[in-house]
Amino acid sequence: MSVSGISQASQYLTFRLGEEVFAIDIAQVREVLDYTPVTRVPRTPDFMCGVINLRGSVVPVVDMRLKFGMPKTEKTINTCIIIMEISAEGGRAQMGALADSVQEVVELEPGSIEPAPKIGAGLRVDFIKGMGKRDEKFIIILDIDRVFSEEELSDISAVKLPAGAGQAA
Amino acid sequence: MSSSSDRHKEVFREEAHELLTELEQSLLELENTPGDSEQIGRAFRALHTIKGSGSMFGFDEVVAFAHELETVFDLVRNGEIPVTKELIGITLESGDLLRRMLDSETGWQEAVASLVQRLRELVPAGAPSPSGPAAKMKEQKDPEKDRDAPQVTYRIRFRPSLSILSTGTDPLLLIDELGQLGECKAIVQTEAVPDIDSIDPEACYLYWDIILTTGKGMNAIRDVFIFVEGDSGLSIDILDEKGSLGGEANYKKLGEILIERGDLSRDDLENILRNTKRLGETLVEAGLVGPGKVASALAEQQYMREKRRTLKEAEAASSIRVPSSRLDKLADLIGELVTMQARLSQFSLVNNSPELSAIAEGVEHLTEELRDTIMNVRLVPIETVFGKLRRIVRDLSNDLGKEVELEIEGGETELDKSLIEKLGDPLVHLVRNSMDHGIEPPEVREACGKPRKGVIHLSAAHSGANVLIRIVDDGKGLDAAAIKAKAIEKGLIPQGAEMTDREVCQLIFASGLSTAKEVTKVSGRGVGMDVVKKNIESLRGTIEVESWKGQGTDITLRLPLTLAIIDGLLVKIGDGHFVIPLSIVGECVEMASAKKAGRNGRRIANVRGEIVPYISLRDLFAISGAPPETEQIVIIETDGRKVGLLVDHVIGENQTVIKTLGGTFRDIDWISGATILGDGSVALIVAAGQIVSGLNAKRWRRPPARRNKKG
Repeated sequence: MSVSGISQASQYLTFRLGEEVFAIDIAQVREVLDYTPVTRVPRTPDFMCGVINLRGSVVPVVDMRLKFGMPKTEKTINTCIIIMEISAEGGRAQMGALADSVQEVVELEPGSIEPAPKIGAGLRVDFIKGMGKRDEKFIIILDIDRVFSEEELSDISAVKLPAGAGQAA
Repeated sequence: MSSSSDRHKEVFREEAHELLTELEQSLLELENTPGDSEQIGRAFRALHTIKGSGSMFGFDEVVAFAHELETVFDLVRNGEIPVTKELIGITLESGDLLRRMLDSETGWQEAVASLVQRLRELVPAGAPSPSGPAAKMKEQKDPEKDRDAPQVTYRIRFRPSLSILSTGTDPLLLIDELGQLGECKAIVQTEAVPDIDSIDPEACYLYWDIILTTGKGMNAIRDVFIFVEGDSGLSIDILDEKGSLGGEANYKKLGEILIERGDLSRDDLENILRNTKRLGETLVEAGLVGPGKVASALAEQQYMREKRRTLKEAEAASSIRVPSSRLDKLADLIGELVTMQARLSQFSLVNNSPELSAIAEGVEHLTEELRDTIMNVRLVPIETVFGKLRRIVRDLSNDLGKEVELEIEGGETELDKSLIEKLGDPLVHLVRNSMDHGIEPPEVREACGKPRKGVIHLSAAHSGANVLIRIVDDGKGLDAAAIKAKAIEKGLIPQGAEMTDREVCQLIFASGLSTAKEVTKVSGRGVGMDVVKKNIESLRGTIEVESWKGQGTDITLRLPLTLAIIDGLLVKIGDGHFVIPLSIVGECVEMASAKKAGRNGRRIANVRGEIVPYISLRDLFAISGAPPETEQIVIIETDGRKVGLLVDHVIGENQTVIKTLGGTFRDIDWISGATILGDGSVALIVAAGQIVSGLNAKRWRRPPARRNKKG
């Protein structure tokens, strides 16, 4: 991965998953909600929390910790749902992501963003857009279009069910 | 300014597409009944209107091309060119080309030239051209003159002066000229011709009564008589201003017509009538019919007249063109309103105020009525899709060298417009399949003792809240053994699987399965049927196939009437709410947990002595936690069989505004959507049909309760 997609200074929303700090491009963030109960959709991968009612539309919510192989999110007073807009096949779609807490909005110069390391991030490399450096700390900038692509999320094979049980006619 | 002219162009395009469809329909009808002058007229009118309005919006090439076609059809109309297969073929191609010309600016110029050439070849040399193309074009470009003029029927009495012949004018030529303006009927009056002794051979004693229907207007008629008007008697009256003659078979009574023409005075008529008894009285007097029977027949007559009149009024008011986006917006809004109303009802329930609950109830009734009305507005007859198929069948039978007749039944059946839009492709695919795989070539059919011509019967009918669409062909049917062998080869079913032929037939919807020996341009690649099934299911419909080897195939689609709002049954399992479409729910029965028997996720309930298998949705959806003491079974009917769905509680009816779950959940077949409840939480809509058919295919097994609760 390179940082070719990042050419000018932009703002990022940072949030925390466990000890790790992540960032997403502010242009793709619609709003941040307090945690509301999520209606689970049966027989979907564990990281799919389910759906919520966002002023009349039904929006899917993903537990990013589970998606990134971390332990499941424990709800605290700081837990929130970040509503993002991702580009999908049929245009733009809204998607919610559970985060332990939202930190701040930061501005990162292209110069302070480095390509993702090939190994060692504990995360699939193609999910990472780059590594932002701030106050001597690294922030993982996520490529959310990729993380939340329909292929990633609708992947039924991620459902650990006995063979033959996972598909309907 | 330019945007408004763009909008007009857009309106013209839309209208032209409709007219082309009209043209296509009439051509396909003509192919069956080549002499049908009504259809020839229909085709001609469609072309004429395209030409006329096209010239107003600067579609010059379209106009020029439509003119060529119109010229040919004018000759057809006058019986100078016969309606042949070739003519229809070329005209259909031309129609397609016109569509292309409307849609894009380029890429059709060559095709136009070659088609014009072929069209001109159709016109026999020396055939009288109705009027020079150039002159006609000029006339068309004058929007004042031809603004898609309505057809008006005139009564003309032309009484030439006695000396007209001596001026060198032949009155018959004038009447012929009138005939070119439109549909014309001339009756010659000979009463003024004197005895042979006193006749002047150079005088014209005749006069004419002419009934003419034309869109050209009064002035065009006067123009015909312009040179003789001075000394001839000419009276022109308008009989009917509407486009058609109003569809009334019984026109004015004879007496009225005579009075209008001034041939009979009203007094004389009334005198005569007074002395004549009515038919009924005469019959009664003759003792042939009892007075009661006459009264009843008169009542029927009265009723039918009344009925026809109201029908006509309704028709007159019924067509209003509205952009479909507005209808979509209406449907969205009513969806929001229903959700809001649910909140109000919920709130009134909690508040326990009689006044509030009265209001809430009132709003509920209104919302329901509003919902039904809006959904009705969105209904479109399925004929629009079926019409397209006619053309496809025609073209394909030529391509494949098969003789196929398409029978259509129930084209007036109405469906939500969004469904109609999405139904086109799957239906085209199914009909293509029937033509390619189903119907055999004529020789083979004869060898099998079948008529040469294959039949595809396409029908649509309402069945409760669903619409059934069937495509039945009398072709060779599915070869169950071959499908099974192929499915085993592809690993879709295990070796030695026991399946009924009916179950095997459903395998044609599995992806990657084609038993066609060769790949044709029409089908055989094994993609398609699975896509068809997916499309139909995305419309919350089901598809089923039944086949008899050597006798044909019957494909049945079952679709909901509407996509936006359904009546649902709200149930609860654990903490989650689910909605089962009410249209398939038969009844709900209680089930004490002690009575539960059986295993493997599929169990049997005894409902008043009837054996009903049931499925536990709790197990199926892997919802953790213990079920309550008393559970309930919602008995649904799908595929003509009863199946129970075991849930914790049945809460009640619910107006369900369907929200899609989006692409993220596209592979989840057992949930067809979501809805928002009165308290703002989300309930999932259970795709009961798919669950049951999934179970029948034995692909479902009871999954272990594998996950702890969440959300």
